[in-house]
Amino acid sequence: MLTLTNISKTFNIGTVNEKKALQGLDFKLNDGDFVTVIGGNGAGKSTLLNMIAGVFPCDIGSGKIEIDGVDVTKMPEHKRAKYVGRVFQDPMRGTASDMGIEENLAMAYRRGKIRGLGWGITDKERKEYEKLLAMLDLGLENRLTSKVGLLSGGQRQALTLLMSTLKKPKILLLDEHTAALDPKTAAKVLGITQKMVKKDNITTLMITHNMKDAIRMGNRLIMMHNGKIIYDVSGEEKKNLTVKDLLAKFENISGNELANDRMLMN
Amino acid sequence: MEIIFGAFGQGILWGIMALGVYITYKVMQFSDLTVDGSFATGGAVASVLITLGVNPVISLLLALVAGLLCGMITGFLHTSLQIPPILSGILTMIALYSINLRIQGRANVSLLGEKTIFTWLQDKLNISSNLSNIIIGLIFSIIIIGVLYWFFGTELGSAIRATGNNEDMVKAQGVNIATMKIFGLMISNGLVALAGGLVAQSQGFAAVDMGTGAIVIGLASVVIGEVIFGNRFSFAYRMATVIFGSIIYRLVIAGVLQLGMRSTDLKLFTAIIVALALALPVFKNKIKTLKYSNK
Repeated sequence: MLTLTNISKTFNIGTVNEKKALQGLDFKLNDGDFVTVIGGNGAGKSTLLNMIAGVFPCDIGSGKIEIDGVDVTKMPEHKRAKYVGRVFQDPMRGTASDMGIEENLAMAYRRGKIRGLGWGITDKERKEYEKLLAMLDLGLENRLTSKVGLLSGGQRQALTLLMSTLKKPKILLLDEHTAALDPKTAAKVLGITQKMVKKDNITTLMITHNMKDAIRMGNRLIMMHNGKIIYDVSGEEKKNLTVKDLLAKFENISGNELANDRMLMN
Repeated sequence: MEIIFGAFGQGILWGIMALGVYITYKVMQFSDLTVDGSFATGGAVASVLITLGVNPVISLLLALVAGLLCGMITGFLHTSLQIPPILSGILTMIALYSINLRIQGRANVSLLGEKTIFTWLQDKLNISSNLSNIIIGLIFSIIIIGVLYWFFGTELGSAIRATGNNEDMVKAQGVNIATMKIFGLMISNGLVALAGGLVAQSQGFAAVDMGTGAIVIGLASVVIGEVIFGNRFSFAYRMATVIFGSIIYRLVIAGVLQLGMRSTDLKLFTAIIVALALALPVFKNKIKTLKYSNK
């Protein structure tokens, strides 16, 4: 489904702040994989997702990104959006706050299509949106025209999730999408995430700082450090992992301690 | 009475220009200063064409097209060359000053004795020039608000609105934000130039400096409309408040002129009104904080 071959990304090339965010990364995602991504600060997790989404170009002379057999290495972000659904860490980024819930959904419903002079929303869509919103169980189905700016962070993230899967993406990228939420809301949004991914069998890449979630969710786990994937585990082996195992693994491979403040909090 | 009528007519015609400002400033959150140039461009194109014997309505359409091009240039400077919004607008505005002089061939083009849509209506209905301003201004505003209301409800229009609201979201939904910004700037400046053409026909001449301060007058109309009538209801209502704001602005100006203010002080006066109106939220917050801390 997704193949990254020898991908490197260096920020601030030629300055004292030069940072090698990704170093010759090779990575392959199979159809239907649900991969959780963990790693310390600056490990390159977000950069990895941004490279797949096309936010930054790869380093010159570095490798190739293919989505479902299509070479997207040089494809600009807005064209790649046809294949990629995204939910950001900041609940404000994924939705347009001055527009209604239905207007936001309608924007997402037309992802990858050329926008013409047809109506922005049709009545048929509205009915469909109502049904889908009811599945979120947040009471949004009766508030189709409410401005998204009036919603809570959790509601906005749930809506963004719905938007990113409204047109089934080839890959869903979740960048710590529950990190800005309180624990209870985070659990609810994670529940919704699992439901949606399962329903359409969406190939998913999810960054999380919560190791329990990383072990509990998905069928595969990767650990990143210094722009490289240092640990890749799936199947039974992943199911039997414990947080302790992961910490030990990290120290073992990287020679550093993984636990930063945020991770210890969980 | 004549003065109030005059202010009404001016207000409606300049209100169309303010609608253009509304699109960039409010819908797209883009402070576009091209307006001062594109307004005069519209006046220049319409007037020169009329003196060449072109039908006054067609001259307005071509003024609109000229405005679309002005907006496209600002859009290109901002998106392709990555020049900040305000600077892109200023560059186009300054460049247009020379271009407008080229179009006109001189600093002023008189329409004295030429047929304009205003003189045509005055002859037809045997009415005063102020009344013809009001009637034609109303017809144009209603059509324009109707078209804009429809357009911003389409897929493309929604994408332009969303671009002004959250670029990250729009990109993630597969829209090229550069194209959306260029479209928005084109529509805005098209309206501004159309208004320039209307104002030139109404006053009977076009001048290269007729657009000076247009952006501030446009902003004044937008903020006055919003402060007095609120930011509520439908998009069509909010566009209508811009026209109302423009009329109120002209009435206030007519009032202070009656009270003896020099007409040369008007730009200072307008700038102060806009500054105060824009600062209103700050004052409101300060008052709120004071009230809260006293409790």
